Amino acid sequence: MRYLQQEHVMKRMNKRLVWNRVWKGVFIAATSFALLALAILLYRILSQGMGYLNFDFLTNFASRIPENAGIKAALVGSLCLMAVVAPVSIILGVSTAIYLEEYAKKNKLNDFIRMNISNLAGVPSIVFGLLGLTIFVRMLGMGKSILAAGLTMSLLILPVIIVAAQEAIRAVPKDQREASYGMGATKWQTIIRVVIPAAIPGILTGSILALSRAIGETAPLVVIGIPVILQFLPTGMLDTFTALPMQIFDWAKRPQEEFQYVASAGIIVLMAVLIFMNSIAVFIRNKFQKRY
Amino acid sequence: MVQILEKQQPTSPIIQLNEQSTVMESKGFNLWYGEHHALKDINLAMNENEVTAIIGPSGCGKSTYIKALNRMVELVPIVRTNGEVNYRGRNIFEKGYEVEELRTKVGMVFQKPNPFPKSIYDNIAYGPRIHGIKNKKILDEIVEKSLCGAAIWDEVKDRLNQNAYGLSGGQQQRICIARCLAIEPDVILMDEPTSALDPISTLKVEELVQEMKENYSIVIVTHNMQQAARISDKTAFFLNGEVIEFDQTDTIFSTPSDQRTEDYISGRFG
Repeated sequence: MRYLQQEHVMKRMNKRLVWNRVWKGVFIAATSFALLALAILLYRILSQGMGYLNFDFLTNFASRIPENAGIKAALVGSLCLMAVVAPVSIILGVSTAIYLEEYAKKNKLNDFIRMNISNLAGVPSIVFGLLGLTIFVRMLGMGKSILAAGLTMSLLILPVIIVAAQEAIRAVPKDQREASYGMGATKWQTIIRVVIPAAIPGILTGSILALSRAIGETAPLVVIGIPVILQFLPTGMLDTFTALPMQIFDWAKRPQEEFQYVASAGIIVLMAVLIFMNSIAVFIRNKFQKRY
Repeated sequence: MVQILEKQQPTSPIIQLNEQSTVMESKGFNLWYGEHHALKDINLAMNENEVTAIIGPSGCGKSTYIKALNRMVELVPIVRTNGEVNYRGRNIFEKGYEVEELRTKVGMVFQKPNPFPKSIYDNIAYGPRIHGIKNKKILDEIVEKSLCGAAIWDEVKDRLNQNAYGLSGGQQQRICIARCLAIEPDVILMDEPTSALDPISTLKVEELVQEMKENYSIVIVTHNMQQAARISDKTAFFLNGEVIEFDQTDTIFSTPSDQRTEDYISGRFG
């Protein structure tokens, strides 16, 4: 007795092949929808902002006259912000991930910590803004400074970096560690010579994506009370500053139509910075990728 | 060494087969994975410059046992042990015995070739480097000597700077053996080193084991009984976490004293 009857199989064949094509179509449609929305957005921003984008735009301070408005203070401010966020969040995040993956014992407490770090990654950024305002700005008296904002942003993206680094570390095959331990290497030697080199592409990719999020983030800066219009550049970490998304937000809410175009030009600059950072991530991933 | 033996012989229940000196021995050694009693009262002694083979069906504890000999088994967090495993007369599980020290003397070759994703040179130099050798000339010498010792120098001497992953599985395994030799161990533990290799590579590794026993004591786990018969001096047969029989390899394979050993060797189970 055969269970699969040929004519029965053939009768269903057409139907199966049709459904196969239908689902492919559904997935292509979903992808195109997202791409289309992105294309419209890019077109609007580029067509509006290109006219205002020139060298003066990068070197001028903010101004009441749209033609003279520039992004210098915000661009420099954002870069200074990154100068705080990048080292603080990467060093803290990667160290935490190493502890959780390599040292922490498997028990209920550590499982609880791990789970909550993942949850923290989903906490709205404005909550981190309030945290920063309470602790860094007021309690530690840092004021509305680059340092306070940078530390707040670091807290915001720390969970993302930790989770990314944990995954990269976990992906290093067990036999690589065994090989190292088997020769009498200490845990530290194994981590620094075997685990981290193998995990570095994943760690850096995750970190740079997290930094990209930080550079585009506005809410925590609003809560901290970062000023919008500045006519000077910060000279130290405790100086106040403004940042790209704050500046763009300010321009976008102004009534004059010209400022909408200036805002678009600002968005182009912000996007250029983001694309630059993401391409570094891609470059690092491709360069250091190792096969097992 | 002699003194240690004299001291232990009167009380030791260890099966001492000849006058050669013992390098590693376990006495009443037990191991649990959580609640599972994986090794039960293991008494074995491994001699200097001999190949000791451990055979047995899957899940009999042979891999667990060999991993206990360099405390690699401790990487599994739920492991508990009691009893002794002595290396050169000192219990490796005693408090204050550093695993790093033990593993420098008792090296290991794993089942699946596991070179680092580095150059061949850096793979071999890894061990000496972690132990503090920085001098390039000394490292060069160690690399050459180790690769010669693993009978792979001629095959790779012109491409020491290439990634070890470009080599075949059999070559990778010999690189791993060379990497183990580079720390100049006393004992080499091999956990089914040929199970992932083709027959020709297997033959090369077997020949290599034969040569290496001139200078090292070797413990090898294998599920290939012919392999045990070909290369080992002594054989221990494990079943369900116990040593059923431990004797000269010739004796085990010709006139085993236990019915279960005979059944396993003649292929009636396992």
